Amino acid sequence: MVIEFPLPTAAYQARLAQRQASALPEIWALLEQVCDPEIPVLSLWDLGVLNDIEQTDERLLVTITPTYSGCPAMQTMRDDIEAVLRQSGIAAFEVRESLSPAWSSDWISPEGRSKLTAYGIAAPRACTACRGQPLDAEIQCPRCGSTETRMTSEFGSTACKALFQCQACLEPFDYFKPI
Amino acid sequence: MKAKILEYSTRLGDDSLVLGHRLSEWCSNAPFLEEDLALINVALDYIGRARMFYGYAAELSADGRNEDDFAFMRDQREFSNLLIHELPKGDFAFTMLRQLFIDLFNSLFLPRLAESSDKTLAAIAAKAIKETRYHLRRSHEWTLRFGLGTDESRERAQRAIDQLWGYTHEMFDLDALESELAEAGIGVDSGALKTEWEQQVSAILTEAELEQPGEQWAVKGGREGYHTENLGQLLNEMQSVHRAYPGLEW
Repeated sequence: MVIEFPLPTAAYQARLAQRQASALPEIWALLEQVCDPEIPVLSLWDLGVLNDIEQTDERLLVTITPTYSGCPAMQTMRDDIEAVLRQSGIAAFEVRESLSPAWSSDWISPEGRSKLTAYGIAAPRACTACRGQPLDAEIQCPRCGSTETRMTSEFGSTACKALFQCQACLEPFDYFKPI
Repeated sequence: MKAKILEYSTRLGDDSLVLGHRLSEWCSNAPFLEEDLALINVALDYIGRARMFYGYAAELSADGRNEDDFAFMRDQREFSNLLIHELPKGDFAFTMLRQLFIDLFNSLFLPRLAESSDKTLAAIAAKAIKETRYHLRRSHEWTLRFGLGTDESRERAQRAIDQLWGYTHEMFDLDALESELAEAGIGVDSGALKTEWEQQVSAILTEAELEQPGEQWAVKGGREGYHTENLGQLLNEMQSVHRAYPGLEW
């Protein structure tokens, strides 16, 4: 298995540094259990949606970054975060959506990439390398590891995925798009 | 200035919502499954964009309106989308050629808007650019397939281009409000994008062996609320549930 770009990405390292500098490690750990409703093996932390947790005088402020503009899962993610906070007895909180900086697939954690592959979804290549280039360059089949794959559509079952097929084992699979 | 930015954000929201709705009409009607998914994905991106622009307009209005009020509680004279967005979806060639023209426009417009001194408009644009790159690659590829495909695909693509061309000029036409916002570094001088847009369109059409029409006719009026008869029909369908059950939530 060849990984052709350096991991973890710089964008992920910056997220991790922010988390490690936080004074609320127990809340981060608590919210780590909230998963993406469409790809339930990925936590919102792995995906890069959960980006900041602060305690202000009045309330706990949780910052999430939407993936795609129209991603219908955002509302569910927000509801799930709120439910977990309430179950833990935290009543004063606000979940805030932040548009800037815009979410990138480079924010996905290294663990998240492994989980995606194990789940049958090819993990995204580094976005910095792909900008403006065609999508169908040697994406590795998550099932057999072959790079003899072809893109069948740039748009898949959700906004964040493209459709591929492996020429070696014939498995159709999703590719998480670099964006 | 706040009222002007509100108006500007509403316009951009109208463009996105109306086009997003037109694309959504393909749901379960596309030529094959992958295209169905692709069209709906693009529709979602546009509807998401509309939500962000309307959400910002609602915030600026500070009169208790929310994004749904902007989408569902205004009539066609209050909608200010450019006319190209509201034209019926037509056949698949028409839909994809319209996407090509609009995707190319957005690929030039959004990077400028991302430099706006208005932080929210800039953030929305920065997010949308990434999606537009995907949209454009697809509309470009389809244009080549139509043009270099069969006689029928070529003929349909050419017909779509000829029907759409007169509606493209409006994208580069600034009114007083847009000029003022552009000068203030908040909005985009879209008129300045026309030469580059035409060069890029021309290059793609040449590559696809399709013909670029001359300057024969041009229609405008969308920004002032003067629309084709198609918008009223679209709104009638899109707003019907919300108007029948105002304030309903589920």
